Amino acid sequence: MDSGGFFFQAFVYLTAAVVSVPVAKKLGLGSVLGYLIAGITIGPFVLGLVGSEGQSVMQFAEFGIIMMLFLIGLELQPSMIWKLKGSILGMGGAQVTATALLLMAIALFFGLQWQTALALGLVLALSSTAIVLQTLHEKGLMQTDGGQNSFSVLLFQDIAIIPILAILPLLATAQASSSSIHGDDGHAGGSTWIEGLPLWGQTTAVLGVVAGIILAGKYLINPSFRLIAKTRLRELFTAAALLLVISITILMGKVGLSPALGTFIAGVVLAQSEYRHELETNIEPFKGLLLGLFFISVGASIDFDVIAANPALILQMVAALLLLKFFVLAGIGRIFGMSFDNILLFALALAEGGEFAFVLFSFGLNNGVFEASLVNPLIAVVALSMAMTPLLVLLNEKLVQPRFGTMEKEKKSPDTIDLDRKSSVIIAGFGMVGSTVGRFMQANDEEATYLDTDPDNVDLLRKMGFQVFYGDASRTDLLQAAGAAEAELLVIAVGNAEKALEIAGTARKYFPHLEIIARTSDWEESYEMIGMGVKNVYLDTLDVALRMGGDALGRLGHRRYHVSRAMKTFRRYEERHLHELAEIRHDKKELMRATKLRIEDLEQLMLKEKEGLHKDKDLGWDASGHIADDGHMRS
Amino acid sequence: MRKILILFAHPALEKSRVNVRLIEGVEAITGITFHDLYERYPEMDIDVKAEQNLLKEHDIVVFQYPFFLFGIPALLKEWMDLVLVHGWAFGRNGNALKGKWICHVVTTGGSKASYSKGGYNRFTMKELLAPLEQAAHLCGMRYLPPFVIHGTNVMRPDVIKEHVGQYRTMLKLLADQTFDPVGLCSQENLNDQFRRR
Repeated sequence: MDSGGFFFQAFVYLTAAVVSVPVAKKLGLGSVLGYLIAGITIGPFVLGLVGSEGQSVMQFAEFGIIMMLFLIGLELQPSMIWKLKGSILGMGGAQVTATALLLMAIALFFGLQWQTALALGLVLALSSTAIVLQTLHEKGLMQTDGGQNSFSVLLFQDIAIIPILAILPLLATAQASSSSIHGDDGHAGGSTWIEGLPLWGQTTAVLGVVAGIILAGKYLINPSFRLIAKTRLRELFTAAALLLVISITILMGKVGLSPALGTFIAGVVLAQSEYRHELETNIEPFKGLLLGLFFISVGASIDFDVIAANPALILQMVAALLLLKFFVLAGIGRIFGMSFDNILLFALALAEGGEFAFVLFSFGLNNGVFEASLVNPLIAVVALSMAMTPLLVLLNEKLVQPRFGTMEKEKKSPDTIDLDRKSSVIIAGFGMVGSTVGRFMQANDEEATYLDTDPDNVDLLRKMGFQVFYGDASRTDLLQAAGAAEAELLVIAVGNAEKALEIAGTARKYFPHLEIIARTSDWEESYEMIGMGVKNVYLDTLDVALRMGGDALGRLGHRRYHVSRAMKTFRRYEERHLHELAEIRHDKKELMRATKLRIEDLEQLMLKEKEGLHKDKDLGWDASGHIADDGHMRS
Repeated sequence: MRKILILFAHPALEKSRVNVRLIEGVEAITGITFHDLYERYPEMDIDVKAEQNLLKEHDIVVFQYPFFLFGIPALLKEWMDLVLVHGWAFGRNGNALKGKWICHVVTTGGSKASYSKGGYNRFTMKELLAPLEQAAHLCGMRYLPPFVIHGTNVMRPDVIKEHVGQYRTMLKLLADQTFDPVGLCSQENLNDQFRRR
C-alpha cells in the first residue's frame, strides 16, 4: 500500500468513526453500534470507500481484542480468578458443549456429515468477546451478575479456542487445500516453533511459555518498568507497555496459543504491580482505537451480496442462531440460579457468533473441513448476529427491562468479581504529608488508593505494604483508573504547588463530585486553590507553627489550657482570612493592604482576650460581671 | 408550633446503643433542630454567639446525653459555662431565656430501682439533676421533669424501640402549641406520661 493510499484509508476510517460514533452515542445506541454502522457505510455495499482489504484490516484490528484482554487481566487479581473458577468451568463448559451439540444436531438434520456438523457447532458456539465486553462496559453492566457471568463464559471460550484449533484438522472431510497452518489466529503469522515436536514436547513447550510469562511478570517486568519510569519520559513507558503486549502476542503465536489468552495471563500477573494504573492508561487509547477499527471492519465485511442472494434464508439462520444460543444460555442462567433480569442480559449478550468464527471458518476452509458454499453465508450470519447484539442489549435495557424486569438495581455483589478494588479515598502524593495522612487513615480502618510519581518512593512504600500506584494524578485517565468516578474524597498532598493545582483542576473539571482536601505550601497557592472551588485548604506549615508557638508560650509559663484555646482561635481566624483574602487575590495592592490589616487585627484580638477586655469570649469564666452586679461573689 | 432545640452531647456515639436510636431521623421532624455538639465542636472551641442565637430562635431546649458518673458530658458543661453567661442568660440584664422550657433527656446504665434512697446509687434522678434544675431556674427557664431511660447496659432491642416511640410522642406533643406542659411539672419523670398516649 503506497503512503497516499494509507493516508486515504486512515482518513476514511477515522472520519467514519468520528462522525458515526458521536451520532450513535447521542441516539443512545452506544459506540459499538456506531462503529458497526460506520463500517457498513464505508464498506463496499454502501459507499464503497473500502473494499477487499477490510479483511486484512480486521486481522490487524484484532490486536485490539488482545489488548482488551490484557487490560481485563490487569483488573483481575489472581484470587478473583480462583473465585470465578466455578462459573468459568461450569457455565462456560456447559454453554460451549450444549450449544455445539445442539447446533450439530440441527446441521445433521439438514444432511451435513457429522464431522462438518460438529465443526460448525463448535465454531458457532463462540460469542464475541469484543462486542459483549465493550457493550457491557459502556453501559456499566460489567459488575452485575449477568455481566460477570458473561465474562466467565467468554473467558472459557477464549481458552476453548486452543483445543478447537487442534481438533478442526481432524474433522476434515475433503482434501486440505493447504497443508500448513496459515495465520492460525491471524495475529502471529508464520508457522509455529513446535509443529515438528511430538505431542508431549508441544505440551511441555506450551506450559513452559505460560510459566515463563508468569515468572517474567513477577520478577522481570516490574524492575524493568521501574528503570523506565525513572527516565520520566512518558512516551518511553508507552513504548514499553506496547512492547510487552506485542512480545507476548508473538511468543504465543509461536507456540500456537491464543495471544489473547497469553496477554490475559500477563495482565493477571501484573494486576498486583504498582505500575498497573500506568499500564492501563497507556494501553487504553490503543485498545480503544483498534477495537473501534475492528468493529468498523466487521461492519465493512458484511457481505450484502450473499445476503441479497437469499435474504430470507440468511435472516432465518441469524434468528435461529440467536434463539438457540439464547435459550441454551437462559437455561444455564436458570440452573446457576441467576435472577430474571440477569438471565435476560446474560443470554442476550452472548447469543451472537464471535469474531473467532471468521478465523476458524477460514482455517477450516483451508483444512478442508468446510466448503466455501457453506462458509460464505455463515460468515454473513455471524457478522449480522454480532451487529445485532448491541441493538438487542439496548432493546432489552430500554423496552424489556422496564416492563418485565424485576427492577433489580445494579447492585455490586461483593462475593463475585469486583473488577476494581474501590476505595472511597484517593491520596495523591505519598511523601511525608501524604504518607502520614494515609497511615492515620489506615490506623482508623480506611483503605485509600495512593498515587505517586517517584518510582523509588513507590517501590519502598510497596515493600512496606501500602497500596501505592505509580502515576501522575493530574492526568484524567489515571484518576479515572484509580477509581475517581466512584471515590468520595481526593486528598492532594503533593508538595509541588504547580502539580497540586493541576491535580485540583483536573479533579474539579472531570470529577466534580469529588470532595477535595488539599495541602498548600503558601498563601499564594492557597488563594489559587480556593479560587478553583476547593473548600478544604490546609497550609502545611500552619499547624506545626502553632504547636511550636504554643509550646513556646507554655514554657514561658502561660497556662497550657489557655494556650491551647488561643491556638484554636488563632487558627480559626487565620483560615477565615485565607478564604476572605482569596476573593481579592487578583488585586495585588488591595491584597497587601488587607493582609496587613488582618494580621494586626488578629494580634489585637488575641491580646484583648488575654487581658480580659474582650467581652464576648469566655465570659462564663470571667467573674467581672457578677462582681459589678453584686459588688462581691455570691456564696 | 413550638420550636424545639435538641442539644445532643455524646462523646462516643460510635459506641452508643440507645442514644443512637433515639436520635435516628429526629432532625427530619418539623420544628425540631438537632444540634450534635460533639460533632460540631470536636475541639471544644464553642462559638458562643452562634449558640446564643440558636437558643433565641427556639421555645424548648432539650439537653440529651448519657449519664456518665452522675454528670453531664464535659462539652455540655463547657457549653453551659460559656453560652449561659451573666448579662445574657442571667444577672441584671440577662433575660434572653426567660420563659423558655427546658427538659433533660438522660440515659443511665443503672436500673430505675438503683436511683433511690435505699438503692445502689443512693439518690434519685431529681436529686442528682438538682444543679441543672437550679441553673435553669437562675436563667428564668421553666424546668420540666427529666425523660430518663434506665438500664441501658442490658436492654433488649424491642425495649429500646418502645423508648424510642415514647420519645417521639413526647417531642411531638411538646411541639404542639395547644398542649400546655405545665401539667407535667409535678411529675417525677416524663416517661410515664407518654407511655400510653
